[in-house]
Amino acid sequence: MSRPSGLDPYLAGARASVPFALATLVIGISFGVLARSLGWGIVAPIVFSVIAFSGSAQFAVAAVLGAGGGAVAAILAAVLLNARFGPMGVAVAPYLKGRPFRRALEGQAVVDASWALASRGGGRFDREFMIGATVPQGVGWIFGTAIGAVSGDFIGDPERLGLDVIFPAFFLVLLAEELRGSRRAVAVALIAASLALALVPFAPAGVPVIAACVAALLGLRGQS
Amino acid sequence: MTTLWVTIVAVALASAAIKAAGPVLVGGRDLPPRAVSVIALLAPALLAALVVTETLGKDQHLVLDERAIGVAVAGLALALRAPVLLTVALAAATTALAGTFG
Repeated sequence: MSRPSGLDPYLAGARASVPFALATLVIGISFGVLARSLGWGIVAPIVFSVIAFSGSAQFAVAAVLGAGGGAVAAILAAVLLNARFGPMGVAVAPYLKGRPFRRALEGQAVVDASWALASRGGGRFDREFMIGATVPQGVGWIFGTAIGAVSGDFIGDPERLGLDVIFPAFFLVLLAEELRGSRRAVAVALIAASLALALVPFAPAGVPVIAACVAALLGLRGQS
Repeated sequence: MTTLWVTIVAVALASAAIKAAGPVLVGGRDLPPRAVSVIALLAPALLAALVVTETLGKDQHLVLDERAIGVAVAGLALALRAPVLLTVALAAATTALAGTFG
């Protein structure tokens, strides 16, 4: 398709995402164990991770169905959690390539960590870096789910390893990068965090995060 | 079991559609400057919201537990310019310890 050096930007993204991929692997194991304990068997959790590739939404589905909820409630919870990928997809859209079908495929590479890692400031994104960063995370998620689903209770609950802070801690690192040198970004982050926290007790999971995007409208005001 | 499979397929389709929407609708067009200045601030907004909800949120409640201690340690490590992996490892270790002894 292209010269070997054409792969370099993808590999750079893949390398940058290795720590996230390791975290994703372990959280995938956690999902596999949980799904197995809910009586989903081995195949369903793995298929779910392959075709949906969406950690937070899959955990939400497990929580709703596990608590005796129906399909509609589970699907709704997942859609709300994934709604943030809408604005994120708009943000990267100008940097993707090809006709609509190919763009739709490339848009599947949008996951939180890859999207944030590929952000180059000023609303610019690095397409190759983002796609490269998503591959190891996808592999980690699917393999993790398989390991968890196959071993089930044998492994026990990986939560006790302090894993639930891995993602917020990583996101804090990426946030610090975004805030560097931009007072406006700091203001937006503070407003977004306050909005999200205020909504947690009242809104279903996922809504606080998508509502916090409103803080970015501060960008409509003149340059500071 | 049918409920499970219906849910799995529907969630996969919905996720794919949400992720495809922006790239397909916007296409390769450059966004207007005002939209770009909003998008430039999406990353800090989303990341800040993810940090606080994943640290303090639990089943539609705000709770202060071992996760908050872990993320606070991560913030401290960042301020001291610790490497990224060390920062995250310290956060996880602190949370695991606090969870065990807390």
